[in-house]
Amino acid sequence: MNKNIVLCGVGGQGTVLASKLIAAAAMAKNIPVMSAETIGMAQRGGSVFSHLRMGENLYSPMIAEHTADLILGFEPGETVRMLPYLKEDGQVVVSSRAIMPVTATLSGASYCGEDMLTYLRKNIKNLLIVDTEKACMEIGSPKVMNILLLGAAVESGALGLDEEDLKNAIRSKLPERFHELNFTALSYVKNHMN
Amino acid sequence: MHNEFLMGNEAIALGAIAAGVNLVSGYPGTPSTEVLETFAKKRGDGQYVEWSVNEKVALEVAAGAAYSGARTMVTMKQVGLNVASDPLMSLAYIGIKGGMVILVADDPGPVSSQTEQDTRHFSAFSKLPCFDPSSAQEAYEMVQDAFAYSEKYGTPVFLRPTTRVCHGYASITVKDSEEYELHTPEGFIKDSNRWVIFPRLSYQNHIKIEARNEELALDFSNYEKNKILPASDEYKNCRKGIASGGISFTYAMEAAKQLGELRHLKVSTPHPFPEQLALRFLEGLDEVLCLEELDPVIERELTYICGKHHLPVKIIGKLTHDVKNAGENTRDSVLQNIAAFLGKGLPKAASPETPPALPVRPPVLCAGCPHRASFYAVKKAMKGKKTIFCGDIGCYTLGNAMPLDMVDTCLCMGAGLGIAQGVGKIEPDTTCFAFVGDSTFFASAITGVVNAVYNQADMTLIILDNSTTAMTGHQPHPGTGQTMMGDIVAKIDMEAVLRGIGLTVVETVNPLEHETAVSCVQRIASQPGVKAIIFKSPCIAIVKPEKSMQVDQNICIGCNKCINEIGCPALIRENGKVTIDASLCTGCTLCSQLCPMKAIQKGGNMHE
Repeated sequence: MNKNIVLCGVGGQGTVLASKLIAAAAMAKNIPVMSAETIGMAQRGGSVFSHLRMGENLYSPMIAEHTADLILGFEPGETVRMLPYLKEDGQVVVSSRAIMPVTATLSGASYCGEDMLTYLRKNIKNLLIVDTEKACMEIGSPKVMNILLLGAAVESGALGLDEEDLKNAIRSKLPERFHELNFTALSYVKNHMN
Repeated sequence: MHNEFLMGNEAIALGAIAAGVNLVSGYPGTPSTEVLETFAKKRGDGQYVEWSVNEKVALEVAAGAAYSGARTMVTMKQVGLNVASDPLMSLAYIGIKGGMVILVADDPGPVSSQTEQDTRHFSAFSKLPCFDPSSAQEAYEMVQDAFAYSEKYGTPVFLRPTTRVCHGYASITVKDSEEYELHTPEGFIKDSNRWVIFPRLSYQNHIKIEARNEELALDFSNYEKNKILPASDEYKNCRKGIASGGISFTYAMEAAKQLGELRHLKVSTPHPFPEQLALRFLEGLDEVLCLEELDPVIERELTYICGKHHLPVKIIGKLTHDVKNAGENTRDSVLQNIAAFLGKGLPKAASPETPPALPVRPPVLCAGCPHRASFYAVKKAMKGKKTIFCGDIGCYTLGNAMPLDMVDTCLCMGAGLGIAQGVGKIEPDTTCFAFVGDSTFFASAITGVVNAVYNQADMTLIILDNSTTAMTGHQPHPGTGQTMMGDIVAKIDMEAVLRGIGLTVVETVNPLEHETAVSCVQRIASQPGVKAIIFKSPCIAIVKPEKSMQVDQNICIGCNKCINEIGCPALIRENGKVTIDASLCTGCTLCSQLCPMKAIQKGGNMHE
């Protein structure tokens, strides 16, 4: 199995933990993994991404354009920004919640998340939009958005890992008191589809 | 042996531990920081670590330990090597006893640096060998090789990863702790003919260094990580080849999956260049494409070798404008370079409908950042006056963004002080300010203060003391009272340092008390001579936030003064009024202090 995955969002949303959990899940199955992340000036409030690759015969942690099997988008605009990486017929999983940039408030420039979602609906065949705001409210924590999206990625079938793989990764990487909450988030999309 | 998922920098630290390193020193700087941090976390008993006050001192500490027979590593980013270059150039002549690896992380792009300088040049300039890893796995192995070569030849060596190697993760094979080498330093043995640099010794050692590097170039031609990869069948008779190094090697190997494999020279030791290996590679070729980041080092070496040996091979790359000569290479840029080299077309991807305009998200000071309050206080106090605000390197460089617009110059660490003095000498009617962070103050600003006092400058030094080295991820420094060994030590008091230098006007103020801060700046800036204000308030990332602020929507008149004056990311315009994002607000109260309607009050929930 070879998979190229792009995770993207705004600094502070938890893309790094999500990518570490996928990596841990793959490692547990003896699948070689490589990844690359944004570190440095462009963190808090800036656009961030992780490239993650699984499978044999890997040289570079970076993904080439038009080769991602899956884009896991934590923010609609950031997801559209990463579309050049998506392969033809690749899967997009995206949170519907838009995050306003500070500069939009200052300059009065408008940014509308809904426009981005409309664009995605029109241009992406394999699209799964997750109402993360509603889901986090129902689950009772704003901090599980990354796990929620991982669950959606499992459900889309494009991740190449199943729910149990990720549960094991959560068990190995997160403190026990957060396990149940994260398991609920992980299976939320499966339980609320259709 | 076992597998771990490691960042390149973590792999380097573990590699050094496996090689039995005794001492690691360094100064933080992206993309090098995690090497020393990982070493501090994973080190064994008897392995010493420190964040030194700057890169020059770090290199000197490591040199002293290496004179004593210890294996040492010193870590820094590429511009840090500029600071350390004085001891470096002399140490190259003196040499070492214990193995010494100088880890310098280069930053193509640049992603978070002032320059795109190439440490491979520093390697050639200082005549020290250089190892250039292409992946986390290779970096892990190479740091161990580097120690072995260092001891074999009695010289410090460079390990020079770049950002994508430093910050790339991979599942890599590492040694178990039972497999680690143990190294016991012999101790310093007095020998003034060896350790004291004099012109005569430098002359004698210069001769030895030139001979050694010729030997090293031969040795490196047989180093397993320098290699020639054969062409695949389809290119068996093709007279074109590729030469690459670092992360670009991996991009070229990925491109080969699509385009096929040309004969390929992988250069892992750019200096001394493995000339014999290169000659074997060049045999039978007509053209070579060089793929590397930053400067065309491999390209120049191959061009030189072709000239020296009268080889009819055309070397192309950055110098011939076939490869871009600034910024990072990418998977796609390398794919295109190789396709163009082969005269092959690449399949055109369907061009999708143009998306709506994407949001721009430049880096900004965090919500509640005390630097925002400090800059705003100086801005208000100096309104209408002829001023210059000389900035420096750190989070506070972001004070340049609108609406604060409070950084007129930024050059390198500690430079703001000298620049403010120079402007003042030419424009005596300008009120000159230099802003410097607490870690930067200790790293490279103190000599600037001494100069200002001695040479009778008129300037105000503003120290932005947030009690940490924030930009690189919260490292301790001499003012924090903690060391990387975990010891609690006496804090070095910046106010006492300034008074010791001879400043009589030094005040420490909380920048979040806006009116007090403004009147302090007004009072102090108008006095002659060198004065200092220490704006002291901790970085929001190292303290628990206060209750968040709330805007009373019945009182807010939507004048937007708060947004337009301070541009805090927690302030949001909504339905013609202002609201506060409680998840970002730290309750610093700065916005409430400038609201003309007093519409902003404390009251939100505590953060979880």
